[in-house]
Amino acid sequence: MKIRHVIKLANLPLAPEEEEKYSQQLSKILDYIKELDSVDTSGVEPTFNVSGQKNIMAEDNIGSCLPQDEVLSNATQKRNGLFVTKGVFEE
Amino acid sequence: MNTYEPVMGLEVHVELNTKSKMFCRCSADYFGKGPNTHTCPVCLGLPGSLPFINKEAINKCIQIGLALNCEVSEKSLFERKNYFYPDLPKGYQISQYRWPLCINGKITLENRKVIRINRVHQEEDTGKLTHQGGETLIDFNRSGVPLVEIVTEPDFREVKEIRDYAKKLQQLLRYLGVSNADMEKGDMRLEANVSVRQVQSSKFKVQNELPKYRIELKNINSFRFMVAAVEYEIKRQIKALEKGEKLAQETRGWDEDKKCTYLQRSKEEAHDYRYFPEPDLPELIIDSQNIKKTRDSLPELPWDKSKRYESELEIKKADAQILTDPKELADFFEAVLEHGKKHGVGVKEIANYLINKRVDINSVLPTQIIEDIKGKKVGVIGDKEELEKIAKEVIDENPNLVIVYREGKTTVIMVLVGAVMKKTLGKADAAKVREILVELLNDPGV
Amino acid sequence: MQKSKLQFKIQNLTELTLIETIQALKEKQFSEEELNKAYLDRISTLNPELNIFLEVKKNTRGIPAAIKDIIVTKGIRTTAGSKILSNFIPPYNATVIDRLLEHGISVIGKTNCDEFAMGSSGENSAYGPTKNPWDPTKVPGGTSSGSAASVAGDMCVFSLGTDTGGSIRQPASFCGVVGLKPSYGRVSRYGTIAMASSFDQIGPITKCVDDARMVLEWTSGGDSYDANCQKEKEKFTLQPSRLQVGLKGLKVGVPKEYFGKGLDKGVEKIIKEAILKLEELGAEVVEITLPHTEYGVAAYYILVPSEISSNYARFDGIRFGHARDQFGSEPKRRIMLGIFALSSGFYDDYFAKAAKVRTLIKQDFERVFEKVDVIVGPVSPTVAWNLGEKIDDPLKMYLSDAYTIPASLAGIPGLSIPCGFADNLPVGLQILGKHMNDELVLNVGEIYEQATDWHLKKPDLRFKI
Repeated sequence: MKIRHVIKLANLPLAPEEEEKYSQQLSKILDYIKELDSVDTSGVEPTFNVSGQKNIMAEDNIGSCLPQDEVLSNATQKRNGLFVTKGVFEE
Repeated sequence: MNTYEPVMGLEVHVELNTKSKMFCRCSADYFGKGPNTHTCPVCLGLPGSLPFINKEAINKCIQIGLALNCEVSEKSLFERKNYFYPDLPKGYQISQYRWPLCINGKITLENRKVIRINRVHQEEDTGKLTHQGGETLIDFNRSGVPLVEIVTEPDFREVKEIRDYAKKLQQLLRYLGVSNADMEKGDMRLEANVSVRQVQSSKFKVQNELPKYRIELKNINSFRFMVAAVEYEIKRQIKALEKGEKLAQETRGWDEDKKCTYLQRSKEEAHDYRYFPEPDLPELIIDSQNIKKTRDSLPELPWDKSKRYESELEIKKADAQILTDPKELADFFEAVLEHGKKHGVGVKEIANYLINKRVDINSVLPTQIIEDIKGKKVGVIGDKEELEKIAKEVIDENPNLVIVYREGKTTVIMVLVGAVMKKTLGKADAAKVREILVELLNDPGV
Repeated sequence: MQKSKLQFKIQNLTELTLIETIQALKEKQFSEEELNKAYLDRISTLNPELNIFLEVKKNTRGIPAAIKDIIVTKGIRTTAGSKILSNFIPPYNATVIDRLLEHGISVIGKTNCDEFAMGSSGENSAYGPTKNPWDPTKVPGGTSSGSAASVAGDMCVFSLGTDTGGSIRQPASFCGVVGLKPSYGRVSRYGTIAMASSFDQIGPITKCVDDARMVLEWTSGGDSYDANCQKEKEKFTLQPSRLQVGLKGLKVGVPKEYFGKGLDKGVEKIIKEAILKLEELGAEVVEITLPHTEYGVAAYYILVPSEISSNYARFDGIRFGHARDQFGSEPKRRIMLGIFALSSGFYDDYFAKAAKVRTLIKQDFERVFEKVDVIVGPVSPTVAWNLGEKIDDPLKMYLSDAYTIPASLAGIPGLSIPCGFADNLPVGLQILGKHMNDELVLNVGEIYEQATDWHLKKPDLRFKI
């Protein structure tokens, strides 16, 4: 497991010693998980949802929104009705 | 000297015109609204919130798919596309990947070339960012508005084919009434992938071998810039290949000031979106009966209509195309035809009249067109002075309408035109009357 | 319920069940204010020692219920046991909260839990571990640690917990109370901070089975905010159990895989006695096999972290909460594990493979339920362990959920009811049923409960009072 790649995708700031710790723990867990390799799953369909539902959709009717002050009430930084975060470049 | 040809594919994102958003019931009509006033826990991605599919959006996505000759998948799933960006509140976009709604379609261009459609799938829009100083400001009103993504195979070989495709698609979307398809407003956004290959001498021609790389042109927010970027890319890549350089997969943007593309993300930095089925949404199973119902409900498509005008009405191809774009003109034309039948006015006359006079269909009634055409035949009053006299009378008799007109509700002019027509027993040239009335009404001295 | 019996119990009104409390209020035996005061007094006495509540509301109205702090409550801070949400005041209520409020229930407080419901002991909370009312040196189980402990300590009439891989059943077992994980799709998840979306269910933790039935009835049913929670084609209405019928004609399956190595001898003895009791009550007990049980934990620890890695991407500190460095170590571990399992080149071997094993486990149950009505076995291989005992070995912690995880993978209902003590600590009997047949599971549980008095045992809390 390429821990650096994973950390980057996870967007988790980790100290070097944490990296080491997690790397060890995760490889131990992955070793255990590898026991799934011994299960024969040929011809088996995967299960992603156990609700037994299908085609659950709503009619296109407008419902209520939150008031703007409640929308922003938990924001770390806000201005003129907008959320504010540190600058990102338009990709 | 080698010859090269570009190999290009397009991804088009279309914002649907549903009333509510894709996965919540917030109003999707966000344009020009106060920031963060069209949001709820779902489209803000608050902890605990869950998506719920908008049926109408799915219906519209299937309509687009069917109009593009796609197969509708019997089983379709939403999946999560995972990446971090401040405009993406959940940290993933609900999209489709392995189980899209519609696949394997095609569309025929003006040059008769068939462009294959890889897929038409449903997803959701992101919020809107503005950059100010060192900060980024976020408005989530657009977050969760339904988007349909239409992906072609890399079948384009010329830039003009791209233009034609985009135009045709826009016309189709408007015919279907599923989107305003206004590129300026971002209802329709294009991304292109471009690569270039050497054209083999016919003897050794290897069919269908695609270049080993492709350059994606992304986040280019106008059609004009996209075309410029594609043209630039083709030249850049040929030059690079000529020099013996090896091109690799990357994403590039367009710098309008320098008029060139620039590297945004290299292959090494490519996203790993970690798609997996969206556990919050049960699967969609669409049976053939429903597909048939949707197919039957489709309007006559622009190219079919145009062809029908050619074959049934014996209208020239170029004219048929004018008369079918936009759909409102075609509807108007057909309404005039109906009246024409009753009064013995033929197709050709009507078609010519509409095309040559560039009739503003929003300010004339179909019956008037027939009157105009007939009027000409029976000796229409075309004398400007005479018409002006009658028009002045009508204006004097209707001071209220004049006020309304001058306040900006210019459609009342039709009532005045009607009054003039009455006075002349229908013998006036309606277009000319209108012209005269406008002139008079815009003259504050009258 | 006889009036005299109720009056007798009113000496300790915090010991009353939900159904008894409703009746006593109807009879005006005491007021809602007195009821709330009694519970608030108990909380203020016991909470400093047991660390059960993260937030207490001093209500004077309503029947007080404790809510796991992973369920959002409008205007009441909801932390999910995490530092990252230490300042989060939700602008909306979870569906289950609205439904409880409609039935005259009030939120007396938000209960401690493992951070984002990740753990098995209650020790992963950023606000310190909850302690087991039966023995404060032991864990209460997790992750609905505070919810189970609050019911065991009579600090609320009932509570709500959430169960992803055993998080209602296991702490209910460790704390000697009743806990129901409903069928997946029975109760709306809207407003419950998702751990793993295709597993999570909200369920009651109560003083008796009848209470659990009532809370399920209140909270379950289709919701226009949770697409997975819709009316079933077959409707299993909840009916009062018919005790007089007993268990005659009921086929009870006992999976041999739930009695293998790792099962504590003391626990095994208690569970076997409980099974004998079911037989005594008229049930036919048959040994069954669920052959893919041993792969449950591995499949679970691919699928759950995968969903977590995506569900926890929304925590970016912009719209709510703090920055991502504030995640505790278990969330970090699971996010990384999930990202790996979904990442390019590994999806097929990890995520897709585990999803196929999930199918096999689900089919194991479906096959067995063609032959038996319910399945019984232990909830946990052990009783509550010492605080700190497994905290540094995540894998050991994961394996402690081996008996609860398979039902979570299959989405079937599971009930934990008190069935005795081993080493002076409570043991829970697990009863599993067919998807959406929560009713039968509750009925079997209630018939057992009425024939025994384990649910009436209370922890000795004189250490503090």
